[in-house]
Order: sequence, then C-alpha cells, then structure tokens
Amino acid sequence: MSKDIRIKKGLDIKLVGEAEKTTENAIISNTFTIRPEDFHSITPKLVAKEGTKVKAGETLFYNKENEDMKFVSPVSGEVTEIQRGPKRRIDGIKINADKEQTYLEHGKFDVNADAETLKAHLLAAGCWPFIKQRPYDVVANPNKTPRDIFISGYASAPLAADLDYVLAGKEAELQAALTAIAKLTEGNVHVAIPKNGNSVFANLNDITTHKVAGPHPSGNVGTLINKVAPVNKGEVVWTLNAQDLVIIGELLLTGRFNAERIVALAGSSVKKPRYFKTKIGAEVSTMIYDNGVEKDGNDRIISGNVLSGKEVKPDGNLDYYSNVITIIPEGDDYEFFGWNKPVFDKVSNTRALTFSWLAPNKKYDLDTNTNGEHRAFVLTGNYEQVFPLDIYPLQILKACMYKDLDEMEALGMYEVAPEDFALTEFVCVSKQPHQKIIREGLDLMLKEIG
Amino acid sequence: MGLKQNLHSFKMKNKDKKWLPAFNALFTFLYTPNETTHNGTHIKAADDLKRTMNTVILALVPCLIFGIFNAGYQHYLALGEIEAANGFLGASFWTLDNLLVGAATVLPLVVVSYGVGLAVEFVFAVIKGHEVEEGYLVTGMLVPLIVPVDIPLWMLAVAVVFGVVIGKEVFGGTGMNILNPALTIRAFLFFAYPTWMSGDKVWVHGAVERAGTPDAISGETLLGAYAQNSSLAGIDYWDMFWGLIPGSVGETSKFLIIIGAAFLIFTKIGSWRIILSTLIGALTMGLIFNGVVELGWIGESSKFYGLMTVPFWQHLIIGSILFGAVYMATDPVTASQTNKGKWIYGFLIGFISIMIRVFNPAYPEGVFLAILLMNVFAPTIDHYVVQGNVKRRLKRVKVKAA
Repeated sequence: MSKDIRIKKGLDIKLVGEAEKTTENAIISNTFTIRPEDFHSITPKLVAKEGTKVKAGETLFYNKENEDMKFVSPVSGEVTEIQRGPKRRIDGIKINADKEQTYLEHGKFDVNADAETLKAHLLAAGCWPFIKQRPYDVVANPNKTPRDIFISGYASAPLAADLDYVLAGKEAELQAALTAIAKLTEGNVHVAIPKNGNSVFANLNDITTHKVAGPHPSGNVGTLINKVAPVNKGEVVWTLNAQDLVIIGELLLTGRFNAERIVALAGSSVKKPRYFKTKIGAEVSTMIYDNGVEKDGNDRIISGNVLSGKEVKPDGNLDYYSNVITIIPEGDDYEFFGWNKPVFDKVSNTRALTFSWLAPNKKYDLDTNTNGEHRAFVLTGNYEQVFPLDIYPLQILKACMYKDLDEMEALGMYEVAPEDFALTEFVCVSKQPHQKIIREGLDLMLKEIG
Repeated sequence: MGLKQNLHSFKMKNKDKKWLPAFNALFTFLYTPNETTHNGTHIKAADDLKRTMNTVILALVPCLIFGIFNAGYQHYLALGEIEAANGFLGASFWTLDNLLVGAATVLPLVVVSYGVGLAVEFVFAVIKGHEVEEGYLVTGMLVPLIVPVDIPLWMLAVAVVFGVVIGKEVFGGTGMNILNPALTIRAFLFFAYPTWMSGDKVWVHGAVERAGTPDAISGETLLGAYAQNSSLAGIDYWDMFWGLIPGSVGETSKFLIIIGAAFLIFTKIGSWRIILSTLIGALTMGLIFNGVVELGWIGESSKFYGLMTVPFWQHLIIGSILFGAVYMATDPVTASQTNKGKWIYGFLIGFISIMIRVFNPAYPEGVFLAILLMNVFAPTIDHYVVQGNVKRRLKRVKVKAA
C-alpha cells in the first residue's frame, strides 16, 4: 500500500559542499564520548565509573526514571573521564577505545518472540534510545503502546546524508528491525520514501510506504506524521531514524550492538566532501582534517545538518542521532550596508532586493552570520510559506513564549518537534530562536502535564 | 578596515554603558552586526527587519517626490500663476519652481517627523535597555505623507510624540502595538486640532495665511467638496488618477501608489491579501450606495447625496483609500496575522471606509478611522480563525473516540 504526499510549502536551501558518494573508513578514533544531553529529558544514573573496562554494548548509565532503559558504550575500552557540569550533572562519558574490539554478546534474537520480550531486549541492549516519541520529542516511554510508528526514508534537509546511499546493502538488517518494531505498535509502521529514486524501503515488508515529494521539510518525519495521521491528545507515536534501524537490525540478527554508522561530511568549508564509516560518539577531528578543513580555519562544525544540528568543537564528538557533519564558515564579521544593498549570495524567501528567486538552482555558500539583529515578531505570513503542517506557527510560538499550556495544547503542541520549526527559524526576519522556543515549550508541557 | 575596526573596538569598550543602544542603532546602519547563530539553525535568511522596513520606504519614495512637486504645483495653480498640467508628465508640473516650494514645505515635515520620532525611540531604547527597533523608519516616512501641507510643525511634533509614546511604546515597542502609530498620529491631529485638519484651508500651501485677504485661495480637497454636494472645478478623473489634485502630501497620486503596491507585493513584503480585499470591500460598499441612490431611497436634498452618487469605482481614486490599503492596512503588527483573517480584515476596512466617508461629512476621510477600528478588531478576527484550526483538532479526537 502506498500513498503519495505532496507538499508545496517549504524551502529547499541549496548549499555548496554536498557529500560525494564515496565512503572512506575514518581514522579510528582513540576516544569516544557519549553525552547524556543527546537524550533529552533523561536523567542518567551512572554505572560505569571512571576506570571501568567496558565491552561494546555494555551499559554506561541507565535512565533514573526507568532502570531497565540502558545506555550502552559504542566501543570496548576503558572509561577514562566523567565530565561533569554544574550540580555534578554528567556532561560526557569518555571512553578510551581498545585496539581490538570486543562485543557484549546477546545472542541471536528469536524472531517469533512476543512484544514484551522484544521490548525488554531492546531496553537491555541499549537500542531503546533510538526510539523517540511524540508528543514531546523525547526518548520513547516503553510503558506506552504507540498508535503508529513513523520513519523517514528520505532526508530532504540541506546537505543531508543520502539515505539510499548509506543504507545500501543493509536490507536484511532493516527488514529485521522493521519486522520487530512492527510488533510494538497496534497501528502501522509508516515510512516516507522519495517519489523519485529507488528507496531501499520500497521492497521491504511489514511497513506502509508513502511517496513524498516537494521541498524540504517533505522528508521530515514531522511532516509525514502530520499528513498521514496527526497526533491527537492522549495518543503517542514513535519515530525512528532510518539509519538507527540498521543498528537495531544487527543486534537482532547477530546479538551485537554495533555502533557503526556511515556519516556524511559536508559543507562549503570542506575541501572534499564525502562519506565516512565511523561510530557513534567518535571524535569529529578524526574525520574533518583529512582533505577537509584547515586546522586554524574560522569554521563552524555542526554535528547534524545546518538547520537543527549541534555546534561542536574539533575535539567534540558525533552525537547519538546524527549521520552528517556539516562545516560552514563562521560569519562573525560586519558587513557594510548589509541591510539595504542588493543581495545575490544569500538565500531569502522574499524578494526585498534579495535575488535568490532568480536562480532557484544555484548553490549557496552561507555562513553563520545572523544577517541582522534579534527583534520582536513583526512580520506575519512568511512562516506559513515554509511550514506545511496544519498548525499556526506564529500563534503556537507565541503561546510557548507566554507559557499558556491550554493554548499550546489547543494549537497542536503534541504534534510538533523543534526540527519542524527549523525553516520558520531560518526565514524569520526577527531572528527569533524558534526551535529553542518550541523545545522549552515542550519541556514545560512534559513537566506540567507529563 | 579602519572605520569598521574603530567602531567595533568602541562598541567593545563601552559594552556596559547605558547609552550603547543609541550607538548601536547608528552602527548597525552602517554595518550589519557580526552576530552569529548559536544553536538552532546555523544559517539564516538574508532578510532582517531593517531590510523589510527599507523595502517599504523604497515603495514610499515615489509618493514623497511626487508629493513635493504637487505641493508646489497646487500652490502656484491656486495662485493662478501657472496653467493646469495635462496628465502625469504635464509641462507645468515637473518644474523647478514647484520643486523648490514643495521642498521648502514638505521636507521640514519629514525632518520633524523623523527627528522627533527617532528621538523618542532612542530615549525609550536607552531607558529600557533594548536595541533601537526599526518600526519608526516606516512610520516616520508615512507621517509626512498623510498630513496636510500646511500643518504647523509644532503640531506635527506634538502629534508624533503622542503617537509614538501612546501608540507604540506603552505597549512595549515595535511588534507589540495594537494601533498603527502613523494613524494614531493622524487621528491625534484630527481630534486635537479639528479646526485645522478638517478645514478647507490647509490642503494647499499658502491658503491659510491668505485667508480673509483679497488674495484668498481655496485650499479644499475633492472629498470636502463632494461632501458639500459640490465639486472642484477643472478636475477630471485622470487628474485624480495621476494625483494632480490637492490633498495630503503623498496620497494624491493613485498611479504611484499602484506602482508602490506592485513593488510591495512583488517583494512579498506587503500582503496582497489585505490590499486586494480592502479594495473589494470599498467597491462593495460603493456599489451598495449606488444601488440605494438608484432605488430612489435617497433624494437630492439629502446631505449624503453627493458622496453616494459617486460611481463606486471612483471611490478608489478620490481620497486616500488606496494609500491606506497599500501602506497602512498592511502593517503586519496591527493587521490580522492569519491569512484567512487578512481577507476579512481587509474587506471590512474597505467597507467601513466608504461608509464613514459617506455618512460622516465632518471627517470625510474615513480610511484612517476604519483602519484604526479594524486594528482593534484584528486580534478578534484572528482568534476566530485560529479557533477553526483548534476545532478541527478537537474534532479529530472525537472522530477517533466515536
């Protein structure tokens, strides 16, 4: 069964530095860091103290609220440092990797097992954090049964890793994972696939595929949910990243937690953008300097895409959910008469002496300058042009800012995740931090309503 | 490099000073700031609020230039020193004499409007410790265009202070206000100095000081004349369209307003929904009045007869309805914020404008009152539009439950 989804509202931001489809093995990272902040709203309870030897797949910490939910080490090695922030909050767990990797063996999973056994297995083996839920866009609560599960097999964000490329040859793992998680829901597993091209998902079973077309955010899982079956009050849906299915699948098939992932290195600052095979938590410096960026360059390194990724330092690490590292120039410079002269080299969705509408296929080299100062909301109607969901973006943002829980709920807060507001943030003339506003709104609701 | 570096180090050195926003306002006029994104989107679109406001100002500049020439032209025409210009490119219109007289009367209005208004903005920015916001850039340009030529400068200054403080700053500054500040200023002028503003003297430069002397000239507008069931001699529809008529400084040339509207719509800064629906609303009301007259419900003796008989389409080329629709109703802060709401909002503005124009001869120009009225109701309109979305969401749950 396949339904087509076609969106018109949105914006494709075409950037210089798309990754070439060749994969290299990254230099093996000496240290790996897992940051609990990747798992939003989870309070970690540490298991592996400094000096502990762990195998790949062995527990580092668990969720304070739910002891069964383990978070595991991507590699085998020794825990060398627990980085702590204010109030002894755990910021990072640093692991020195062994030369020879050893895995914690869970054994091949019985495919006929029931949902409860599967759930317990995923929780114990550290694959649960790959499952996120809406409402609130946090790691899924295992005690609730999701109405449906949504997966996007199409990355439409600027400079995103091409999922068909990175998933090629992984059909067996994907199928194993999909068959398994289909048991966890009463509804369907919905997968978005690009309208043009051969998606690896097209021939897999136990899923409902939807062909999506149109500008970004057509490939966002939030768009898929909104167009297929929006989240209503009281309902829960789960979302997964396509690439994480491979890790789940491999666990089920081989019994090992293999944190390997193919990551795109992209962005205009990169000399030779391409793909790398590496592992979750690897130090980004293992990838970015070889034919990448200059050592002393003034660049922004982002774990994730340019719209919703996280800024990292060269000694920072690939975060738990990202499959792309984007590097673009920093824009910390003044621009003479930047506010009134005609602009040819930046993207805009208006035509106010900005000329990106003349060349829709031109690729741009954008930097991190905000192109203006932070202001109160003034313009109206421009967010709607890039926001395909059936939600009023300006109104919901304002509701989050004045913390009116009833209004947030009424306007559709259960349906959204911060990344859905990435494009409205990009086009925002007032330079408001939309994703942060939504994240804080969701956190407030999570705290007050739960 | 030199200037940029000096300004930057000056800014860094005085980071903690209270007056820094005032300096920054000037600095950011020269250079867009060196701010970079933090988390969230790492790249941003090229537009900022300054660029947006600047686009509106660009759309107003033709109206201002025309207004300057027109001020001089109306002055000399009333004095009988020049022939009436024929058409937009008429020989007696674009002359140096017209320019000089016009500039001498109109430019002081611009200077006072910007000077006083920005001073208020700077003071508030420093007191409240935020950056100087750009809202006044457009307001300051609109104000000289919507007042009569011969308004005394002190009156304008008082009105601007009132408009910016009461119309905007008390609500929290740009983006928070309920009423359009430019219209608040004009409304203040009308109600505080009614004898000036609704008189028949102020619309042509020189008419006031000559009043009561043998050299007296008429300084009346077309609407004022229509309201008294008369008409101004020697004005045809093309004069109205090109704008060769007495009136507020920048509102007369429908031709240039249409060009400005096209520019605003093309740049996606002005809302075509509001502009279009305002015109539709005005035409609808005009048609209704024409129909009423045709049915014979209103006789020639009625004081409304003059304006009611104006063919519906002519309402668009007399008065300032077009200017209001294009530059005032579209102010995003005070208009409806939802797309559906914009249709309703615009339609009602047009509808009520013509109603006020016909029924209230004391204030023959109803546009600004209609816009202010709808400014107040815009949040209500939005509320009901948004409720539609909310209801749809609730219905979804019910369908599920059933």
